Amino acid sequence: MSVLVHGPVPTRSALARFRDSDLFASFKRSKLAMAAFAVTLLLFTLALLAPLISPQNPYDPAQLELINSNLPPLWNADGQSPFVLGTDDQGRDVLSAVFYGLRLSLLVGILGVVVSGLIGIGLGLIAGYFGGFVDTLIMRVADVQLTFPAILIALVVDGVAKAALGGQMDTTASIWLIVASIGLSFWVQYARTVRSSVMVEKNKDYVQAGRLIGLSSPVILVRHVLPNVLGPVFVIATINLALAIITEATLSFLGTGLPDSMPSLGTLIRTGNRFLFSGEWWIVAFPGLALAGLVLAINLLGDWLRDALNPKLQ
Amino acid sequence: MIAFILQRLLQSVAVLFAVGLIAFSMFRFAGDPVNQIVGVDTPYAERVAIRQSLGLDDSVIVQFGRYAGNVVRGEFGTSYQFRQPVAALLAERMPATLELALCATLFALTVGIFMGVYCALKRDTVLAKVFLAISLIGISLPTFLIGILLIFLFSVTLGWLPSFGRGDTVRLGWWTTGFLTASGLRALILPSVTLGLFQMTLIMRLVRAEMLEVLRTDYIRFARARGLTTRTIHFGHALKNTLVPVITIAGLQLGSVIAFSIITETVFQWPGMGLLFVQAVQNVDIPIMAAYLLLVAAIFVTINLVVDVLYTIVDPRLRLSTGGRA
Amino acid sequence: MTEPVLSVRNLRVAFANRRGTLTAIDDVSFDIARGEILGVVGESGAGKSVTGSAVIGLIDPPGGIVGGEVRLQGERIDTLSPEAMRRIRGRRIGMIFQDPLTSLNPLYRVGRQLIETIRTHTDLSEKAARGRAIDLLAEVGIPAPERRIDGYPHEFSGGMRQRVVIALALAAEPELIIADEPTTALDVSVQAQIIALLKRLGTERGTAVMLVTHDMGVIAEAADRVAVMYSGRIAEIGPVRDVVTNPLHPYAKGLMGAIPTLAQETDRLAQIPGSMPRLSAIPKGCAFHPRCPSAFTRCVVERPNPIAVGAHQVACHLYDRSEASAA
Repeated sequence: MSVLVHGPVPTRSALARFRDSDLFASFKRSKLAMAAFAVTLLLFTLALLAPLISPQNPYDPAQLELINSNLPPLWNADGQSPFVLGTDDQGRDVLSAVFYGLRLSLLVGILGVVVSGLIGIGLGLIAGYFGGFVDTLIMRVADVQLTFPAILIALVVDGVAKAALGGQMDTTASIWLIVASIGLSFWVQYARTVRSSVMVEKNKDYVQAGRLIGLSSPVILVRHVLPNVLGPVFVIATINLALAIITEATLSFLGTGLPDSMPSLGTLIRTGNRFLFSGEWWIVAFPGLALAGLVLAINLLGDWLRDALNPKLQ
Repeated sequence: MIAFILQRLLQSVAVLFAVGLIAFSMFRFAGDPVNQIVGVDTPYAERVAIRQSLGLDDSVIVQFGRYAGNVVRGEFGTSYQFRQPVAALLAERMPATLELALCATLFALTVGIFMGVYCALKRDTVLAKVFLAISLIGISLPTFLIGILLIFLFSVTLGWLPSFGRGDTVRLGWWTTGFLTASGLRALILPSVTLGLFQMTLIMRLVRAEMLEVLRTDYIRFARARGLTTRTIHFGHALKNTLVPVITIAGLQLGSVIAFSIITETVFQWPGMGLLFVQAVQNVDIPIMAAYLLLVAAIFVTINLVVDVLYTIVDPRLRLSTGGRA
Repeated sequence: MTEPVLSVRNLRVAFANRRGTLTAIDDVSFDIARGEILGVVGESGAGKSVTGSAVIGLIDPPGGIVGGEVRLQGERIDTLSPEAMRRIRGRRIGMIFQDPLTSLNPLYRVGRQLIETIRTHTDLSEKAARGRAIDLLAEVGIPAPERRIDGYPHEFSGGMRQRVVIALALAAEPELIIADEPTTALDVSVQAQIIALLKRLGTERGTAVMLVTHDMGVIAEAADRVAVMYSGRIAEIGPVRDVVTNPLHPYAKGLMGAIPTLAQETDRLAQIPGSMPRLSAIPKGCAFHPRCPSAFTRCVVERPNPIAVGAHQVACHLYDRSEASAA
């Protein structure tokens, strides 16, 4: 009986199925997707290993020496080892700062995507499954929110939270605040997609069968409907990861994101921006390059994924 | 048609009401308004008096009604940072933002349409591929990074264009314009390109896709069979049919342009509403945040409405109330 | 004998794709005289429409004419420059497409589309062109043309739109009209009116018409002569009455056997077993031999050339008497 209620039962290992899938075949065909994947993998690895491979811990004020401030990159005549990409005005090693910044940007981006995904999937499941007034309410809110760009909503959430909390926040709190801002700005797309998938799925036999054998609504939703709507959600998540990273960087650049003591790529660019005119271009250039590379690679990957899995989106 | 516009109007009012509710909640519940006005050492009795004079003891519905009434009369309260009426601050900053948004939109439309048409008509040329690559970068990179890059190229390295501010402006009544001075115009270039780039790539991709679609239609084939010149077909028939959906998107994007100017204005220290808003967020200046939110909502809603009406004018098929396609 | 309006000789059209080239039209020859309606029939994919497009020079890359010649009033037109060919399109050869609903630009008034066509090909002023446009609309049977000229396409019914399309094709009084399935998308009653209109063109103006259709009923009603196409080749061509009553080619026999007498909407080709080969898999010899009830060894190896039998030309080895007994 339970076999009947479940969707298709996986018989072979996930890896074997992936290797035979159209997805993998189309991946091998697209050189651009492979290059984007390589860059993404590289940047993820750097971020993950940042504490191990960085010459310096940029968050530790004890390691910063003002005497080393504003050094140009190593290939420049005035460059000094071990500061391969030079240092900023605090004597912070730019390479280390970029590694740690990548780590932070990715962390906030991924957390933001997870939070927005959880909100969106939750509301989408509820709206699609129960319909009626709940559905109308959730979807109207989504409509109104879609009228505004996500960055504006993130800024407002950020500002209101600061007002409510009275402005006293430590670094961890500001990370969670940004994650929450991103979560509240990007849930709509998930909710809409999940909702429409649920409305299709819920009339299918396996859901009806689940009802007949007396499973409760939450169990049916999570165990039987959710797995079937994850494909499109995954595509949105990939594309939204780039957006979330951009949003974090933008908030930090606008000075409402992560503090200078714990810089993400956006914060690094904001502080580095001040030195553009005095000739210390490396302070802004390398974080900028890292951010651009990261976002471009993830975007390309997301684009490819969307085209490869096309049917449910667009 | 009138029913359609009325329905849209109602929807617009509903959206504005919702945003008004949010703005009011921010105003009322995010932090104690009294604390924002008084000093730390103000005695309790005085606080109670201020509370009463602000009407904070009335029921929430009464307070919202009063707030809505004030908003309709253009009173958005007093800025915590500047100790000035928010309405006056916004009015002073509005021309800068609107001129920037206008230039950015014009840039996005002209260049976006040109590049999109080129990419559709000369699909396999190198230049078309370069345009597509540019569009990918424009769509992927964060706006502030593009702004910094442009500043680095054109201000720092080449020294051609100013990197911040509006340049010299001329006062026309309450409006200040940068259109009438050379430095004002020069100052507009980089911010407009930065702000418009995202919309430009969007429009370019849209025009390209739509145009390729239109070129495959029967009426284009029939137009060719009638011996019309390639120019008439491409830039008359095909372009006009392409632009119908593009107008909608571009129009709807105008609202985003104004909202996105927050970032561009910060990069270029452009003295507009967006910069004011960012400073308000940084300094937790709730009245400005609430007012800006309401203003942007009003602009969005108005634009949506205008675009809907324009759309029916451009496409004759929609002009009949039945909207019947045979 | 006077020069035919259109003369097509040994026309070959091919399309390039990744795996090589596909020959869509192979060695097709026919003439159309002044005032004559030549019907071209065959199943979808037989090459009828491609033939029409080739004549008017509208084969888009990666396709193109790779052999033979097309002559209009004796003048070769398949080798003209794109610009010279454009001047002939609409001016000397008009074309009518299948679907009147999609043939007109929905955003332009009918009048504007007529006037731009007229002014592209003549020196008429805007005002004179408008007068001529009204005359044209009246000629194709649109009531109240001076009012309807300012209407948009969506304000016209399907049949009326096809009349507008015909008016557009007639705008510069072409010598030849290529009508590609002009009645397929229309109601039966409207079909008859459009056919009557096309026939009137031939008798009143002397316009030659190439009528492409898969509908033998339409051919029987409208055409003077008929060419039956199969797999990019002409199987049989001859006067319509002869071909309909006494088809020679086995494929034409099957086709004529499938003409419904009363009902218009039956599956006409159901009586021929099998289906037409795809362009990428045309068999050697006669393309029809796998489906032919009378096929013999020669059909499998040798491609038949057109043979004159009475007023017909038929590409079938059954009628080749040159070896057995000279006729």
